[in-house]
Amino acid sequence: MLLSARQLSCIRQDRVLFEQLDLQLHAGEVLQIAGKNGAGKSSLLRILAGLAEPEDGEIFYQQQALSQSADDYADNLCFIGHLAGVQPQLTALENLQFWRACFGLKPADDWALLATLGLAGLEDIPCQQLSAGQQRRVSLARLWLTSAQVWILDEPFTALDQSAIAALTRRIASHCDAGGAVLLTSHQPVQVPGHSVRELTLEYRW
Amino acid sequence: MFKWLDPYAKPQVLFATLLWWQRWLMPLSIVVLLLGTVWGLGFTPADYQQGDSYRIIHVHVPAAIWSMGVYAWMAIAAFIALVWQVKTAQWAIGAMAPIGAVYTLIALFTGAAWGKPMWGTWWVWDARLTSELILLFLFLGVMALQNAFADRQTGDKAASVLAVVGVVNLPIIHYSVEWWNTLHQGATITKFAKPSMDPSMLWPLLICILGFALLFGALTCLRLRTAILQHEAHRPWVRQYVQEQQHAAV
Amino acid sequence: MSHVAVFRATFQRELKLLARQKADWVNPLLFFIIILTLFPLGVGAKPNLLREIAPGVIWIAALLSVLLGAERQFRQDYRDGVLEQLVAARSPLLGYSLAKIAAGWLGSGLPLILVSPLLALFLGLSTEALTAVVLTLLLGTPLLSLLSALGAALTLSADKGGILLALIILPLYIPLLIFASAAVEQASFGLNYQAQLAVLAAMLCVALALVPLAVQKALKLNVG
Repeated sequence: MLLSARQLSCIRQDRVLFEQLDLQLHAGEVLQIAGKNGAGKSSLLRILAGLAEPEDGEIFYQQQALSQSADDYADNLCFIGHLAGVQPQLTALENLQFWRACFGLKPADDWALLATLGLAGLEDIPCQQLSAGQQRRVSLARLWLTSAQVWILDEPFTALDQSAIAALTRRIASHCDAGGAVLLTSHQPVQVPGHSVRELTLEYRW
Repeated sequence: MFKWLDPYAKPQVLFATLLWWQRWLMPLSIVVLLLGTVWGLGFTPADYQQGDSYRIIHVHVPAAIWSMGVYAWMAIAAFIALVWQVKTAQWAIGAMAPIGAVYTLIALFTGAAWGKPMWGTWWVWDARLTSELILLFLFLGVMALQNAFADRQTGDKAASVLAVVGVVNLPIIHYSVEWWNTLHQGATITKFAKPSMDPSMLWPLLICILGFALLFGALTCLRLRTAILQHEAHRPWVRQYVQEQQHAAV
Repeated sequence: MSHVAVFRATFQRELKLLARQKADWVNPLLFFIIILTLFPLGVGAKPNLLREIAPGVIWIAALLSVLLGAERQFRQDYRDGVLEQLVAARSPLLGYSLAKIAAGWLGSGLPLILVSPLLALFLGLSTEALTAVVLTLLLGTPLLSLLSALGAALTLSADKGGILLALIILPLYIPLLIFASAAVEQASFGLNYQAQLAVLAAMLCVALALVPLAVQKALKLNVG
């Protein structure tokens, strides 16, 4: 079991989003968090990514409480949230270089990677001139750079076209084949070739 | 090291403790303040130079002393909040800051009112008055920062960082203002001549200083309890407490 | 993921941004010059009067113009989610903060020093006073950048960032204002002002040691 959470609860602006939530994520597994808008999906993902603190409960990475294994966990985590994490004045290439430098990743052929994502010919344009879907692809390019085991993706399919969705699901499948695990939210049903997708539904609470 | 303090980090335990302290401090502070002011205003001799107007000292000096004292306590709470991640200590900052700001305002107003007969003007750029004014800005800054966030927790944490930054800066600001004052004003106007006060005048002043401290303690207990209830409003123990209070009221 | 690697990556990125978004450093500079133009218009252009108020005017203009650019310092990275990524990966934010502050100084502090000879013309400063202005700006503007970065980091996710930033940071500028303008004043009388410079240097050292830590903490709590 890679990641588990016990008795999590979260309160935002005096509203209880969820209480006593248990969750397990095993290696090679895709877990989809479903639920209405405002049900607390993003908050749950932020808590699981260590960005926010739960009101109650604890998170375990490889059976170890996050308070002890936070650095280890962060090294093995790739979180992509609502925000693209892309600097709009820089080009796609420069953005990738920044991430490589910051995360200490080995240099590789970024041109080829951007071409895989259908961004060939757009490498040198500042990201603010790209479309929303193209910016999203730049942001998702990090999934091809990273060697992290746990992926936490908030609405990764938003603004993507069919070919990009196919590329992303293929990447998720190969990640799971290699023993990784993915936790994601999506309003569409998610199909990953060769893997079943487990679903966890958050009820909207008043 | 501070294991015995651990239970007080729990809001529920702290709430009960504060209630106990508040019950003692509130009446005690009122009694002490009454004693000090009545003695100071009614029964001490008038000053040979300043006449009766010096009597404002019984409000001015305690407020000025404790305006700094409150900031020091606030910074201690902020330090505890930052180092040991104690939520209740964060809430204590919000509970103390307005009290400190009001003490500072009292000190400034009484200072100005005292300055009018003594110096012939409401305001002089005296080092102490200027420092006090800057202290007011620091208090207001902490309060403004704490309330500026949609997420209350972020505001609490940000305010604790600012309070610690402020307390590091406070001595620097204080001494630079003092230095600036001697540079620009020539002879500084001192409020008291050094050979200190007659004991008959000193005692009521000391009692007033104690009274302001007790009042600060009592108000902090009250405000921190309110803050605990607000922050923990969704907890079962708070709901139960509120129900009990309603029953008692009926 | 060392501090140095993050510092280098962020610093390079910031330099690229400064080169691409010239308004980021040109506008505060224009603001500085315009404020200095307003004072003679407001208080009258008598040379003696101008020379007398020059130290204070220069420093007030300097701290306002640094403050003007401060709000945007981390905001873009916060809105785009770059900071969120760094926090989620538990990257060393210290390297990031230092790079941001250094680049911020290059954008808002250094230009002030470069245009300061202009002040001699505007406010009728003597050569000695101008030297003092340049020296105090050299020591003082990094301190301004440090403190304004702290304010920007603290108010990052606040609703009304800009004015709040000014409210909490301006009182912290007071010692700098006092000593820097005193140094310029002393110089204009032909007096020795090494003591003031030493105090400024000491304050800069203290701030350099402590402020980046506070900035790091403030960034983390605003993102989390």
